[in-house]
Amino acid sequence: MAHFEKATSVHDWLNQRLGIDTVRRVMATEYWIPKNINFLWAMGMVLAITFALLLVSGIFLLMYYQPNVATAFDSVNYTIMTEVEFGWLWRHIHGVAASVVFLIIYIHMFTGIYYGSYKKGREMIWISGMLLFVTFSAEAFSGYMLPWGQMSYWAGMVITNLFAGGSLHADGLVEWIRGDYVPAQAFLTRFFMLHVLLLPLAILGLIGLHFGALRIPHVNNQDGEEIDFEAEAAKYKAGDKAGSKVIAFVNDFLSKDMMVVAIYLIFFFYLVFYHYNFAMDPVNFDPADGLKTPAHIYPEWYFLWSYEILRPFSTDIGLIAFAFAQVIFVLLPFLDRSPNAVPASRRGFFQIWFWLMLIDMIVLTAMGKLPPEGIFSTIGLYAALAFIGLWIALPIITMFEKKA
Amino acid sequence: MKELLILVVVTIFTLATYYLVEPFAHSQMHKHVESEHFAYSDLPELTKTGDAARGAELVMGAGACLGCHGMEVAGMPAPMDAVTAAASYGVNPPDLSNAGAVYDAKFLAELIKNPAHALMVEHKFDMEKGQMHPMVAFYGAGGDLDQEVADMVAYLQSIAVKPEELTPAIAYETACGRCHANRYDEWTQIGTTPKFKYEKEDLAFQIKVLEYQDSLVKYMGTLPPDLSIYIRSRGEHYIETFMENPQNYLKGTAMPRVGVNKHAAEQVIEYLKDSGDAKRHEREEVAKYVMIFMVIFAIFAILWKKQVWRDLH
Amino acid sequence: MKNSSRRGFMGKAFGAVAGVGAVAALYAMKKTWDPLPSVKAAGFTTLDMSAYKENELVTEKWRGKPIFVLKYTPDMMAQLTEKQKERTITIGDADYMVTLGLCTHLGCIPSYNADEKGFLCACHGGTYDFTGDVTKLPPPRGLDIPPFKIDGNTLVLGEVGPEYTKMKETGITL
Repeated sequence: MAHFEKATSVHDWLNQRLGIDTVRRVMATEYWIPKNINFLWAMGMVLAITFALLLVSGIFLLMYYQPNVATAFDSVNYTIMTEVEFGWLWRHIHGVAASVVFLIIYIHMFTGIYYGSYKKGREMIWISGMLLFVTFSAEAFSGYMLPWGQMSYWAGMVITNLFAGGSLHADGLVEWIRGDYVPAQAFLTRFFMLHVLLLPLAILGLIGLHFGALRIPHVNNQDGEEIDFEAEAAKYKAGDKAGSKVIAFVNDFLSKDMMVVAIYLIFFFYLVFYHYNFAMDPVNFDPADGLKTPAHIYPEWYFLWSYEILRPFSTDIGLIAFAFAQVIFVLLPFLDRSPNAVPASRRGFFQIWFWLMLIDMIVLTAMGKLPPEGIFSTIGLYAALAFIGLWIALPIITMFEKKA
Repeated sequence: MKELLILVVVTIFTLATYYLVEPFAHSQMHKHVESEHFAYSDLPELTKTGDAARGAELVMGAGACLGCHGMEVAGMPAPMDAVTAAASYGVNPPDLSNAGAVYDAKFLAELIKNPAHALMVEHKFDMEKGQMHPMVAFYGAGGDLDQEVADMVAYLQSIAVKPEELTPAIAYETACGRCHANRYDEWTQIGTTPKFKYEKEDLAFQIKVLEYQDSLVKYMGTLPPDLSIYIRSRGEHYIETFMENPQNYLKGTAMPRVGVNKHAAEQVIEYLKDSGDAKRHEREEVAKYVMIFMVIFAIFAILWKKQVWRDLH
Repeated sequence: MKNSSRRGFMGKAFGAVAGVGAVAALYAMKKTWDPLPSVKAAGFTTLDMSAYKENELVTEKWRGKPIFVLKYTPDMMAQLTEKQKERTITIGDADYMVTLGLCTHLGCIPSYNADEKGFLCACHGGTYDFTGDVTKLPPPRGLDIPPFKIDGNTLVLGEVGPEYTKMKETGITL
């Protein structure tokens, strides 16, 4: 039994048992972050807040949603939207947040790519982040099934059909995934389980890993400068806050984070109340009908670039290209052969690669939404080829990169 | 400055993506149909002024309207109940009490003279091929056909509710409700679902609805969809231009042109908003408060940040 | 680490504003838990009193709970004590017992014996007479009477009429 003194206060009582002072120092007041950062560094906190919004709005939707193929649609569009007090608010928050979270994820991801925050000791941050991207994607897909509208049903049909593997004809696998020959009750309930329990648990675990992976390498900075955190922290603690190259998470970084979050929330709630059709597609307001395919099926916007890589090619090639697109981003730290962990602006051809990749992803996204006809399918094909080409080119151009 | 540049770049790429994926893509997928604001320009103008008293005689007499149509407001119930009528004619002849308030006068005039033409279902009921529309055309009672028709229209308008009394429910039930259910408002094609004590009575009513729907499917080719949430799945503009002429969007459809006047159309849309977007007023209210709060929240966040960072720069 | 007093103020002020938002959010969350309008609207049951037969217990439903309706025979009506009269509902020229079909002890449903003209609760042996008054412990009080309103020959459970108000005042029911 360890030795305990009589406590002098509530704070002291907790401190003796839980070490809250140490926790506070390590996690907040002496968690050092570089000062040389811009607002893009707040995207992590913006994601955390958006995830919290999804969690809380999800809890209240969960109170009234019914995962039954006969009642799911009306439990959302009648009960929650018209009967439940503020049910419409939780639904709008949940739908808009589910869409906007991917915008922030992509900004966060491309910030990491631009500033080289995936290299030199930060590989696990990148990998855990990409795993988070995959789990968030699965969470979004499973959530989209739940209202059981036309888009829910047909997206479910199309995406699970991918697992037949083209010429492999793995129909048994597809039926196993669905729990039935077509998306039906078994399919809905298991995706409900994934969306409400398993994937959120996985996400929480991965967020823990992502934060943990940050601690030893520390947060990156705008110039890719290698900072002596011990020395700078000592300066800060001695009182030279202006001269130090680091700031404390609480209150320094947190106050800047909160400022960005607050401005973001103005934009976010504007969408929730006034401009939400992009996040709640009208096609999904038709109840699911297994005997009628809508004239236009498309995934949510954040999956479009990936969907467009699948489309232009014949079945088997398309599936291979699609699989390639899913995993290739994870391999970025290993495909980038240059040792330079500096912003792209100082990395010669990599800077061009970055902007081309970003533009290509946007072109793929746009083409993925458009009907695959005429000029659109041609542009889509070239954009898909460009995507593959860029990744093949990456090791080559970075191998010859001059030391920064 | 650097941060401002970064913000501008991020904003431009975000807006470009949004534009391409939403407004642009949707414009490519759905053609835009201009509204003609219920002008019914294909129908001839009314040249005669109608006399309601003469019209009453015609409607009750030579017009033979009441042979199929009820007129509750004038004390004339329908000759058959809805389910039997639908089984006999394929469609349930509507009660005429509010026809004068809901439908456009030009449309009514043309409907009486040539139903298939006014309803734009000649592709389904081709006189040449001997396919008769269930509603028999009125060939006149011996006088000036246009005058007689104008009189009948005037009579129908006189017995109907006044425009200010035309509620969203009346407009919907009259113009759409015989074919389109609205479960969020508990409306079936044969009326509002009653509250029953015993399950047996409940099931008996549901059977009647299903029998009616069977007749409807036989007549229309498919069951007209439930419109509960159509205001969100189709939007106001689509519904308005669809009502004006279903052929605008669904070429060859069996759905007749409804013939509603502008005021009734607005009431129908209001009804659809009540069933499919019931909380819109509350949403607008709450929005104001939340937006004001978020701005105040942001101001305080900015002030706090400035205070904290005074020693850090 | 002590905050400077100005920074401390702004931080607290921001926290306070955030707190206001949190309270508003909690209010919305509380309202989301409220029973739905359709549930509250279903809280009324109309009984057609002409359908009941003498000394035949019928169990109806109101707000998910069983309701005992017992029409008295002329004999039963004749032997009513003053206390029993207070529990009786008169509609037209017939008397009725209308109570919740739940034992006031711990909520089991008592059974009616028409020959003995009394209720027995099997769970712990409590008994009631045909007016719902307790005749053997452990129930602490007679069967509860639901809010009701007499409307011609019907009884509307869930609405409050003058007869029910009087019953509440005498304390014959909670």
